[in-house]
Amino acid sequence: MPHGSDPASRKTADALESREHKSLLRFITCGSVDDGKSTLIGRLLYESKMLYEDQLVALAADSRKFGTQGGDLDFALLLDGLNAEREQGITIDVAYRFFATDTRHFIVADTPGHEQYTRNMVTGASTASVAVILVDARKGVLTQTRRHSYLASLLGIRKVALVINKLDLVGYSREVFDRIEAEYRGFSREIGFEDAVCVPVSALKGDNITALSANTSWYHGPTLMEYLDRVEIEDEVQDAPFRMPVQWVNRPNSDFRGFSGRIVGGCVRPGDRIRVLPSGKESTVTRIVTRDGDLANAAAGQSITITLGDDVDISRGDMLAAAASPAGIADQLQAMIIWMNEEEMLPGRSYLLKIGAKTVGATIATPKYKVNVNTLEHLAARTLHLNEIGVCNINLDQPIAFDPYAQNRDTGGFILIDRLTGSTIGAGLLHFALRRSQNIHWQAIDVGKDAHALLKGQKPCVVWVTGLSGAGKSTIANLVEKRLHARGRHTYLLDGDNVRHGLNKDLGFTEADRVENIRRVAEVARLMVDAGLIVLVSFISPFAAERRMARALVTPGEFCEVFVDTPLSVAEQRDPKGFYRKARRGELKNFTGIDSPYERPENPEIRIDTTVSAPEEAAAMIVAHLIAMGVLDPP
Amino acid sequence: MTTLTHFQRLEAESIDIFREGIADSTRPVMLYSMGKDSSVMLHLAMKAFYPSMPPFPLLHVDTTWKFREMIEFRETITKKLGLELIVHVNPEALAMAINPFVHGSAVHTDLWKTQGLKQALGKFGFDAAFGGARRDEERSRAKERIFSFRSAQSRWDPKMQRPELWRLYNARKNKGESVRVFPLSNWTELDIWQYIHRENIPIVPLYFARKRPVIMRDGVLIMVDDDRMPLHHGETPVMRKVRFRTLGCYPLTGAIESEADTLPAIIEEMLRAKTSERQGRVIDFDSTGSMEKKKQEGYF
Repeated sequence: MPHGSDPASRKTADALESREHKSLLRFITCGSVDDGKSTLIGRLLYESKMLYEDQLVALAADSRKFGTQGGDLDFALLLDGLNAEREQGITIDVAYRFFATDTRHFIVADTPGHEQYTRNMVTGASTASVAVILVDARKGVLTQTRRHSYLASLLGIRKVALVINKLDLVGYSREVFDRIEAEYRGFSREIGFEDAVCVPVSALKGDNITALSANTSWYHGPTLMEYLDRVEIEDEVQDAPFRMPVQWVNRPNSDFRGFSGRIVGGCVRPGDRIRVLPSGKESTVTRIVTRDGDLANAAAGQSITITLGDDVDISRGDMLAAAASPAGIADQLQAMIIWMNEEEMLPGRSYLLKIGAKTVGATIATPKYKVNVNTLEHLAARTLHLNEIGVCNINLDQPIAFDPYAQNRDTGGFILIDRLTGSTIGAGLLHFALRRSQNIHWQAIDVGKDAHALLKGQKPCVVWVTGLSGAGKSTIANLVEKRLHARGRHTYLLDGDNVRHGLNKDLGFTEADRVENIRRVAEVARLMVDAGLIVLVSFISPFAAERRMARALVTPGEFCEVFVDTPLSVAEQRDPKGFYRKARRGELKNFTGIDSPYERPENPEIRIDTTVSAPEEAAAMIVAHLIAMGVLDPP
Repeated sequence: MTTLTHFQRLEAESIDIFREGIADSTRPVMLYSMGKDSSVMLHLAMKAFYPSMPPFPLLHVDTTWKFREMIEFRETITKKLGLELIVHVNPEALAMAINPFVHGSAVHTDLWKTQGLKQALGKFGFDAAFGGARRDEERSRAKERIFSFRSAQSRWDPKMQRPELWRLYNARKNKGESVRVFPLSNWTELDIWQYIHRENIPIVPLYFARKRPVIMRDGVLIMVDDDRMPLHHGETPVMRKVRFRTLGCYPLTGAIESEADTLPAIIEEMLRAKTSERQGRVIDFDSTGSMEKKKQEGYF
């Protein structure tokens, strides 16, 4: 390496050496609109000499063009990175900034204060260990201050600095500061912060940011920078039991089989016993492989590749855990869920849940309660809307390995993903496994689906008939059942209207209830297929997600989706039950096609255009398809 | 208790991102520009999958206007490491002979780089592309996710980005959609230089100060790398000791006068630096918010 030996190079080398050993503090700043967050962070960057001359030149130009400080440097403009924001003068997304002092590296998550952006604050807080919460000295502790504090605490932050900003605008009044501090301390203990430090500040003028200000001679606490430099961040996951989600099975050739991942708890050494979760198989670590050579040990935070002494079946998403204290395994859990999507959460709908390197199917039950984030009150709820937080039970389609979020953020935090759009629509913090998850097992039954079907001499399946109200679904399904019955087949017709009189009479027509309506009928259809029946389901079933869920419940080849395609105008003209007229008059809410959407099937097994085919022809088409599927014998 | 060093932390995070990046992707690729960030990214990719090779090819979207030394470097490194390299040149830009002198930097960048990149991603069906962008580079970058979702039209919508919590990255996408993955998101320019030094990572010699033929144009020192550069009246290339803080198309990349001909000297210069690296990139001067616009159109 081309190292110089002159004193200047030596000095640089020393500076770089010390840079490598500084600790890292990730913190989040939060506050209401106009509390001066961006100005504060801009000031921290400026004071820690992180700004280059050309950035200062651009800042000066921007300050003249967009600034709110009468031509003086407007530090907020350093941070409002997107044009849209600069014009509106608000921050609309999380931004990450870096700076360093002689003791620490810092990553700041700058998150906006608007009510509708709780999502961003939760995102920023998820990786932070300290929260810097701003209040405007003129306004004191506001509803938003409580909300931000609660969210920070919920996500696991235990240290907080309350920056009482704009103190210059109240004449650097000690009384104002004391009053706000007293009020906040009471509250911060209530929500579980270990320690709150209150700092009197003017971000604009620079008071108590890096040096104690003469304007607040009554204040003897740390400056904000001192606090950030010195606040203790205990790294609990280092002392936790070993955890490593397997991201990738590393097989360069037939002689090497390693498991690559990032350690998210504890440490590992060759010779350690580990357990593979959820399978429960155990083995011993033989090597910790890296491109820089094998390691004698590795700790939380490191990305490594492990080899094992036994030939164990392991794939992406499995977790390697200390054999002596493995993580829990469950497929039914309670969690705190933060909903982040414009569309409300739909209890019963199948979403994807990602935890560690594992992605599974998940349905969420009706919330036990939601939390009013301003008052911390528990409220009854049937669903969660954007930015709402609630406790729910979740059901997974396969077991996962986990720890409670309070013990380990990485093995206890998850995100929820929409199957159709792929967007991240929610996040959750696992509390515990439900006891019924551990206590309810599948009872092995000797007389199974094949035996049931064999006795009836038939191949069971689901014929799922979907379409608008008045499309002709029931007429067609009824004709098909008559034909099957005549052929001596064992059938059952589940009709939307009839099921709503009994099993589903507690459900209405909101989006959430429609999802539950379909979930139940899909489960019933599955049981009937188990019983060996050919099941006809005639339901509007407007959402693609639930139709997909119904399909997934049975074995491939046992599901036949029939789309009865009737234009809305035609169905509305027929209007056999008078529903469309009522809906148009506004007497019937959430009516499919009028004020509730119908998602057309993209690849149904059969599409019937009722403007061309009569019901008898449609029934014949379905029977022909069942023959093609091997459900019925050819005539 | 073990405390990781600064580079252990950065390295581990980047490796984690690489491994997640390939997991939900059917055809990943790494964008390779031969710059210092690309060099660090490549070094980390080699670590992430060791003892396997990175399970993706490198893609260089060539503009035909790169410094000659960059192209030599590209060939040497990929051969040495035994990596698959795909070079894409936008055939339309080639046919139109697009160049920065006649068409200006905006058109040049759009056709060669933005459109060229889109063509290449479409042509090979890449659904995940690793890029070397860092959040400290520019204001709009600070808001970029580590996994940045792009529509089927390659557009970036800052308001439609997926929330990124903990270390859980969501790379799901529908057909035609893609994701850009940034393993160096949390690295700073100083981190990059210090890591290159520490790990002895090869970089293009243009980063080191040498005597090079340059002219001063519009306040920027431009190196005359070949005879395609039309000289204005009175412009005569002079030999000056210069180096580059960032590399791109030679007519659009400003040099700085410097004596720094070793890595420690470069880092020392960095520590005393008074200008940030993007000042050397002419494309950023187009207008305020220009990077944001380019990104919305599909520029990396």
